[in-house]
Amino acid sequence: MTGTGDNVTKLKGLVTLQGWRVAVLAGLWLFAGTAMAEITIEITGGGVKRAPVAIVPFGWKGQGAAAPDDVAGIIAADLYRSGRFDPVPESGMLQKPTAGTDIDFSDWTRLGIEAVVIGTVEQTGDNAYSVQFQLFDPYQRTQLVGYRMPASRGTLRRTAHRAADMIYEKLTGIAGVFATQVAFVSATKQGRGNRYRLVVADYDGETEHTIMESNDPIMSPAWSPDSRRLAYVSFEGSRSSIYVQQLRTGNRIQLSAEPGINGAPSFSPDGKKLVVTLGGVDGNLDIYTIDVATREKVRLTNHRAIDTEGTWSPDGRYIYFTSDRAGGPQIYRVPASGGNAERVTFEGSYNARPRLSPDGKKLAMVTNDQGAFRIAIMDLGTKDFLVLSAGRQDESPSFAPNSDILIYATRQSGNGVLETVTANGLIRQRMASGDGDVREPVWSPFPRY
Amino acid sequence: MANYKLILVLLAVFGVAAGCSKNTVPDPEPTDTTYGSDSGGSTSEWDSAGGTGGEEVPWGEEMDEGPASVIYFEFDSSEVRPDDTETVTRHALQLADNPSASVRLEGHADERGSREYNIGLGERRAQAVRRLLLIQGASAGQISTVSFGEERPAVDGSSEDAYQQNRRVEIRYTN
Repeated sequence: MTGTGDNVTKLKGLVTLQGWRVAVLAGLWLFAGTAMAEITIEITGGGVKRAPVAIVPFGWKGQGAAAPDDVAGIIAADLYRSGRFDPVPESGMLQKPTAGTDIDFSDWTRLGIEAVVIGTVEQTGDNAYSVQFQLFDPYQRTQLVGYRMPASRGTLRRTAHRAADMIYEKLTGIAGVFATQVAFVSATKQGRGNRYRLVVADYDGETEHTIMESNDPIMSPAWSPDSRRLAYVSFEGSRSSIYVQQLRTGNRIQLSAEPGINGAPSFSPDGKKLVVTLGGVDGNLDIYTIDVATREKVRLTNHRAIDTEGTWSPDGRYIYFTSDRAGGPQIYRVPASGGNAERVTFEGSYNARPRLSPDGKKLAMVTNDQGAFRIAIMDLGTKDFLVLSAGRQDESPSFAPNSDILIYATRQSGNGVLETVTANGLIRQRMASGDGDVREPVWSPFPRY
Repeated sequence: MANYKLILVLLAVFGVAAGCSKNTVPDPEPTDTTYGSDSGGSTSEWDSAGGTGGEEVPWGEEMDEGPASVIYFEFDSSEVRPDDTETVTRHALQLADNPSASVRLEGHADERGSREYNIGLGERRAQAVRRLLLIQGASAGQISTVSFGEERPAVDGSSEDAYQQNRRVEIRYTN
């Protein structure tokens, strides 16, 4: 299906990099069968050719031998993890300039390096730092982007991710997501049961915070659009309830604790409402919205089938959801203001857990792919359907805020782990995970600066 | 004993979410504190206690008395099998004879597919058992249902055998 990877050309300089960006953005159309004339992506085993870049160790002006965080190292790790870049090791650098005027561009073009990042971390106060970086195209011998950013000891790492975002966007045309976070649920064995934790971590797995923990299951975390709150389902006391919790304070409200099922919360684009699943005493699962401030509930579906896993379209007009009203589960949508449900997916016997890309163009879901449960994506314009993952028990797809990458849960030796995949299916990466069974990852919105 | 466990769960939750809106917080009892430190303690102490020949006390999750009955289901089905209808009838009569008794029906699914959809499948099974109980004389006020979907498997693993044991409804007496 992705066999159009012949005609690989080496990336050279800015012009080619931008051409490469176009090729990446056009990746979805590869699957529509359109032949691309100037494909610069090498498709081997579901990957792309990494562009060689150099992130030169940053200079340090301050007390002690080195800055508190290795800013260049963090940027290099981000770019490597994107799957699109191959930062050269320090030992392979012919020079280590920290000022633009010290760069000998031919030292880099000789190595085939297509982008060079230099910078300095300067201590400007007791707990004040200034991070400056510049990105150069050694072939054009020009600066592509450069910034000076203030930081504290606590925000240095975040500042490095921010610099990586700007570099990544300049080189690919796609907004970087290195400064984002991921929430997920972990379960670790404890006696005969599990200890469940709701965790928020930086996208790269650093700085984990446990938001909530319980001996009863925690499910279905969902970010508020301002990244300040998480909604989730908790089974404390052997009944399901929907909570909304402030991340900064830990304060939470119990938004819904009706008899029967309270499940599958997801925020509206304006953050004022949640779409949820309620089952009631008779266990008939239907889609409702709840106003977070007034707690007013509005019923959107009324069908004896299972209707669940509602999610808002980014423009706020529709709610997409899973329903097995036609037998097996398929994706439907209903106007957010109420109305008739219409079926969206027709491919295969099992499509569930819809999530829309933030740009509104793509629909991700769990599909049954010849007996295996995998992550699939449908282009809402062309209706092209593409299976993105390769496990047998993959679930919970969630888009990064740039709409270009998804995170989902899969299994490794029976244990739940997280993977990311680009929306064109070309770059798939497994995330390192700590102890326990990790599931239900949800990608945060873009951070606010 | 069930109450004991509930208190522990609440304690654990309140440890991280101090501002939550539950207003019926049981006061922590000294025994709970002891339990908390024991659970984090070394297993060697427990082993030596067991070695004295003293009475073995169920501990932690083991205090859970377990379901009174478990009803199993076929793949993608919420139909109570003929073999199990007798079991359900027995509970229906018990409930009809004891108006103060109550049960919680806990529905479960195997791990395949989407988690929230599996919550729906577990609920469908719990409702199938509920309807049988109601038809045979139990009253609606005696029965509550909860679905754990695939979140609380009885058996770990991804084998057909494990799936079969996980597609179930557990009948638990809450009073």
